[in-house]
This record gives sequence, structure tokens and C-alpha cells, in this order.
Amino acid sequence: MISGIKLNSPFNPAELEKLQAGDRVLISGVIYAARDAAHKRLVEALNQGKPLPFDLKGQTVYYMGPSPAKPGEVIGSAGPTTSSRMDRYTPELLDAGLLAIIGKGNRSAEVSRAIVGKKAVYFISIGGAGALLSQRIKESRMVAYPELGAEAILALKVEDFPAIVAIDSQGNNAFTLGQSIYRTAKEA
Amino acid sequence: MREIDSSQISAALSELIVKTSTSLGDDILTALHKAYEAEVSPAGRDILLSLLENACIAGEKKIPLCQDTGTAIVFAEAGQDVHINGNLVDAINLGVRQGYEQAYLRKSIVSQPFSERVNTQDNTPAVIHTEIVPGDRLKLSFMAKGSGAENMSRLFMLKPGVGHEGVIEAVLETVENAGGSPCPPIIIGLGVGATAEKAMFMAKKALLRPLGVSSPEAEVAALEAEVLKRVNGLGIGPLGLGGRVTALGVMAEAAPTHIASLPVAVNLQCHSARHGEVVL
Repeated sequence: MISGIKLNSPFNPAELEKLQAGDRVLISGVIYAARDAAHKRLVEALNQGKPLPFDLKGQTVYYMGPSPAKPGEVIGSAGPTTSSRMDRYTPELLDAGLLAIIGKGNRSAEVSRAIVGKKAVYFISIGGAGALLSQRIKESRMVAYPELGAEAILALKVEDFPAIVAIDSQGNNAFTLGQSIYRTAKEA
Repeated sequence: MREIDSSQISAALSELIVKTSTSLGDDILTALHKAYEAEVSPAGRDILLSLLENACIAGEKKIPLCQDTGTAIVFAEAGQDVHINGNLVDAINLGVRQGYEQAYLRKSIVSQPFSERVNTQDNTPAVIHTEIVPGDRLKLSFMAKGSGAENMSRLFMLKPGVGHEGVIEAVLETVENAGGSPCPPIIIGLGVGATAEKAMFMAKKALLRPLGVSSPEAEVAALEAEVLKRVNGLGIGPLGLGGRVTALGVMAEAAPTHIASLPVAVNLQCHSARHGEVVL
């Protein structure tokens, strides 16, 4: 990932709305790492009317569970995990104010509709490039559920964190658009 | 009867785990370079370049290539003239525990799959496949399998009448459904024939072969080449964003099967194909 539109997280909603599927971006600011087990707990808290460990409103969640930091390092390897596992939780988190998500792979039709409904954006980062991405994370702070280990919620301060707009606020999908260009006949 | 002490097994395995977690094999690096040259999609080229850069950073800083340092899968091929002093399973799990701790790898194994998913904290137990083979050596092959790719595995019990074309379509369906989730460009392990569980085992074991080395059986090699060509025609591309390079390679194994069966197992591997072997 060499270049991209520079953006700050939490995002300015007007700027986010201008992004188009396929745009490459470099994100600076704060993003929250949360994956499977943390999502389960966040949604349980919402359903029980309990307060969340951080205010989701306008924030960015990164589907990631890092490897342990070596001594002197901010974080270990830190690439995105597969987003579809979070599909079941995402509409509720968007309803609670979440505005942007970073993960990898496509989302369900229901999540895509929820993204459009909230004028949110789904980004992907570079799956399998955890070493490279770790270098763009400058600070890491425990926010909640430390007992979940690699699945705890972390606040990450990132600089020029590379991502690609996979589903924009109008629901355009970079996977569908990109694949249609390069697809040749399925039959031999 | 040759003697091998269980401590040798643990030490060799932990060393293998440390090494493979931060460095890709030359075969994978060569394939990624070739993929970069072959790819025409601008986003795809950027992604492939980032993957090469990732490999450099992981190697220089000795940090894992990917945060998902996987399920530890160990294939132990024990010569029938070897005697192991101690417990083989315990020795393998000790090697996994030590390797994952020493290299600061993520511990991703939970003890119960469907109830309390409590982390075992040391990435054990390993998934161990043992085979008895001729000779007096013990060959240990290690694979760190990330779940992004593993979750996209499929087993098809096809009707024999669908033949060669049916096998190819099963792979295309698997890769297409997986899309960007298994971190393409992927490597495809394919097991055809035998029974359900053996087909899956062959698909997984095929992934241990160096990339670019075709099956020694001409018919299987031809199948590998055709599957690769047609998978790359799907247009999925790096990370699923569209492109010419969806797979870096296809490695198939075939075995005799029942007159009524045509099992086809597909096991996908991500571009961060971490594996290696040691012979004791």
C-alpha cells in the first residue's frame, strides 16, 4: 500500500460519505480493536441495557486480535481477521453509533444495508500483513475485557494505517466491482 | 531399532515453529514475486507488494508474518524401525508450547469448541497426524494454519458420473464462496478419492509440498494445472478486490475410491503459508 487519501479517525461523517468503494486510504487517529468474543459481550451489554466500556458513537472498530508484543514493541503482529463472523453483531453496533469498520472479506447483505442506513463505511486492510500493519500502530491501550487475552478491546493510535473502502455509504461493493472487471468465463 | 528421545522431538519442533512464524519459504516468496509481475489490477499489485514488504519486516524484526499464528498441525511420519523414548504426543505438545511462547506467537486454541470457549493459553493441543512408514527416521512436518483459510474448507461427496469436470467445479465453487476471506492469493490443497476423512487429510497434506512442484502423476498434475487456470479466471484477485491472481498454486493428491464414490476435499491455505519440516 503505497499511497492513499489521508483521513483521521474518528471520521468526519461528511468526509466518510464522500468515499467511494475501491478508494485507498491511510487512516490516522484512534481505532478500537475488537473481535469475536468482545463483540458477543458488547451486544450482550446492549441487549441488557448496560453501559458499553467505551462510547461507540462515531468510532471505528478494527477486527483484530494481535499476537503478543515483544519487549520494547507497542504490539505484536496486527492484521485484520475475517469480518463475516461479526456480521451477526454488526447491525446492532451500527445502531449504537459505530461509524466505520476495518476487517477483511465481504459482508452479508444485511450488514451492507445497515451500513447504507447509517451512512457508515466498511474498510478492509491487508489480510496476512500483520507485521507490516503493526508498524503503523504507535500506541496500544487496554480498554476492556483483559481476561479475553488476544480478544480484549484495545484503543490503538495509528498513523497512516492502510485500508481500502470495501463497502461505501451508498452500498457500492469493491469486491463485486473489482471482480467483475477481471472475471473471464468460468467454463474452460 | 534406532532410538530417538522425546526431548529431541520437542526441541526440533519448537525450533521449526519459531523459524516458520517469521519467514516464508523461498517457494512462496518466488510465487509472490511472480504474482506481482502477472497481476494487472493496480490495487492487486499494491497488495502483493505489501505482502512482500510484510515478509521483509517480519524477517528483520522477527515478528510473526500474521497475527493468526494458527492451529499447530503436526504430521509425524515415524519409521517402523524407530523407537521413541517417552511419549510422542506429549513431546509434540511441549514443542508447540515452547515454540509459541519463545516466538511471541498468538495462542488461539480454546478447549471446548461449542460451550465455554476457554483459551488453553499455550496453543496446545496440536492437531497430530501420525503415519508409520518404512525406515528408521522420524519426519516432523509443521503447519501453522490460520482459521481465515481453514474455515473455508469444503468436502463434496460427488456422484462419480460428474467426473473430471465435476471435480473442477467443486473447487471453483469453494474458492468463489470464500472470496476475499481466506486472504487470497491462496494455495489450494485438493484431495480426490478414498473416503470422506481420507480425502480431507490428502487435501491438507498436499499443502506441505513446495509450491511449483507438480504431482508426480501426470493425470493429477494436469488436473492441478487446469484448476489453477480456471480459479485464476474467477477474477477474485488479491484480497478479493479483483485481479488475475487468485491462487498461487494448486496441489492435489488422488487415491483409489469405492465404485459409488467421488470424494473431493478442498483445503485452502492463505498466502502466508507457514510450514516446514525436520527429519530426526
